[in-house]
Amino acid sequence: MFSFNDIKKGALISLWFIFLTFPLMVIKVDPIERIIHWRWSNAIMIGVGTFAVYLFMQFLKYRKEQQIQNRTVKDTEELSIIHRLIAEPKKRNILFASLMAIVLIFPHFVSTYQTNIMITALMYVVLGLGLNIVVGMAGLLDLGFVAFYAVGAYSYALLNHHFGLGFWVVLPIGGGLAAIAGILLGFPVLRLRGDYLAIVTLGFGEIIRLVLENWNEFSKGPSGISNIARPGFFGMEMSLEGSILYLYYIMVAFMIFTIFVVNRLQDSRMGRAWIALREDEIACQAMGIDKQKTKLAAFSLGAFWAGVVGVVFAAKTTFINPASFTFLESAIILSIVVLGGMGSIVGVIIGALVLILMPEYLRALSEYRMLAFGAILVAMMIFRPQGLIANVRRTYRSEKKNNPA
Amino acid sequence: MTTPILSVTGLTMDFGGIRALNHLDLNVNAGEIVALIGPNGAGKTTFFNCVTGIYTPTSGDVILNRPGAKKAISLKGLKPNKVTEKGLARTFQNIRLFSKMTVLENVMIGRHCRTKSFILGAILRTSFTRREEREIMEMSYRLLEKTGLVKHADDLAENLSYGAQRRLEIARALATEPLLLLLDEPAAGMNPQETQELISLIKEISSDGQAILLIEHDMKLVMTLSDRIFVMDYGKKIAEGNPEEIRTNPEVIKAYLGEDVDA
Repeated sequence: MFSFNDIKKGALISLWFIFLTFPLMVIKVDPIERIIHWRWSNAIMIGVGTFAVYLFMQFLKYRKEQQIQNRTVKDTEELSIIHRLIAEPKKRNILFASLMAIVLIFPHFVSTYQTNIMITALMYVVLGLGLNIVVGMAGLLDLGFVAFYAVGAYSYALLNHHFGLGFWVVLPIGGGLAAIAGILLGFPVLRLRGDYLAIVTLGFGEIIRLVLENWNEFSKGPSGISNIARPGFFGMEMSLEGSILYLYYIMVAFMIFTIFVVNRLQDSRMGRAWIALREDEIACQAMGIDKQKTKLAAFSLGAFWAGVVGVVFAAKTTFINPASFTFLESAIILSIVVLGGMGSIVGVIIGALVLILMPEYLRALSEYRMLAFGAILVAMMIFRPQGLIANVRRTYRSEKKNNPA
Repeated sequence: MTTPILSVTGLTMDFGGIRALNHLDLNVNAGEIVALIGPNGAGKTTFFNCVTGIYTPTSGDVILNRPGAKKAISLKGLKPNKVTEKGLARTFQNIRLFSKMTVLENVMIGRHCRTKSFILGAILRTSFTRREEREIMEMSYRLLEKTGLVKHADDLAENLSYGAQRRLEIARALATEPLLLLLDEPAAGMNPQETQELISLIKEISSDGQAILLIEHDMKLVMTLSDRIFVMDYGKKIAEGNPEEIRTNPEVIKAYLGEDVDA
């Protein structure tokens, strides 16, 4: 099963890893005693570990090849379990109903801390779905998505601070302002594509953050805005636990609303135009699609969700400052979309849950938490580059011709 | 004499110091099939790109005259999507389908500029939107029937054979309900049987009264189909006439085969 070559290569890789991790794992300087500890046992462990992992990967590859050889043509249409589930309406409804039930009773069985984490995860689900419109459907790589999130958060913080406007009033305003910001960003970048677009959007994200950081009179600079009101419920006073629970249900409702809207958009004339724009811009224009209008619609709709979530974010933390809106946030949201599966709604939801919840539940690994997180991301992209749940687009089926829905 | 539906006058296109098109005049009448031929690099595709708005011509004008319309429209300087909206639809020399979309969806995209429902309509799924979607679907289906692609309707466009992809491009262009259909080398890379099928398809489309302007190298196709032929070389028109006249035109023979040494 393993040839001599495999073993030789494995040994070389192990040596390479020992060399790479040498300064970190073997040398330990004790500054008080002024001596160096040489932890050779670590080097041996890494060598053996790497070798074992390599052999295991080779074994998986070998098994996969065996499978391919044995396989007949019949299962080319092999879909993931989830897609098969979704394809059947009956099973789908049962799945959705049980999921809903779990989501609804969830906060009553766990601590407030867990609920709080779940709120964050749900926020990222909505952010991911918003970015999915821009990146997944319209194919416009946006690295400054967090800017719209910031616009939403600051519109609530400032309107609440200066005018005492409540959460529910600002919610649509925040979304609307973010959508306008999306259009403002959209105009200058209409001609750009791919890498160039990514760089401009990256710059835009930084501009918003830097303005917020430096314009003291407007945004109170790095010290941020505190004492932002939590969402109210017809003027009722709520305990901290109560308001977290309330926020959780608001977020659940938002997520469902977002899924509903994004789903419909995907199946519409607009959604088709986005996908066509992603495929071939020139052909798209030659077919009479207004590139400008279509791109701006994608930008502003994506930004709208970010703005809405921004308002929720400000209400949840009651304190915001520019440090919450760094490039890292954009990168995480983009990772959610890519890791989940570009253009796939289910994928983005699962991607968000994995990416946001994993670092929390990896706390058991203490200081190796981020290391493990990174390793999982790398492994994911190697083994499933199409994302967790690859997008199998619902295409227009010709049966519809006979019984138009 | 009726006014032509498309009249191009003095069309000139410069790329830096190179004059790709030199004061070109061309007319297409309603219901006609006009072929544009010429050696490689003569500027045929540039001509198409200028007419359909992908390039803005340096000078000259492109006038579209919709029968029954009060005023003729100049297409010069309009964006490609506006040109398509006004009534010109084209196919591409190197096929440009939306390869990850199904065949049916490709044609449905062609209906985009004739339909209106926007974001709110899509979210609320109003009765107007639903009716429109149904119309898009039915029209697209009819076009697939016409081009013989119905059995592939649910396949991805990239999985079609070469000839079928060409036909799909034509179906997609027809979905925009063009006044004039522009075909850029529709038979390029086709085998003789596929070319034969294409000829009958174009004949069928033309029999519905569709005006067609086509660029083609396949002389059999050009000579069987065309009502009139324009010959270009080095950005200039060198001949114009019916197939018989072109076949015997000394200028054309010179452009294609080179000059006789003794002449």
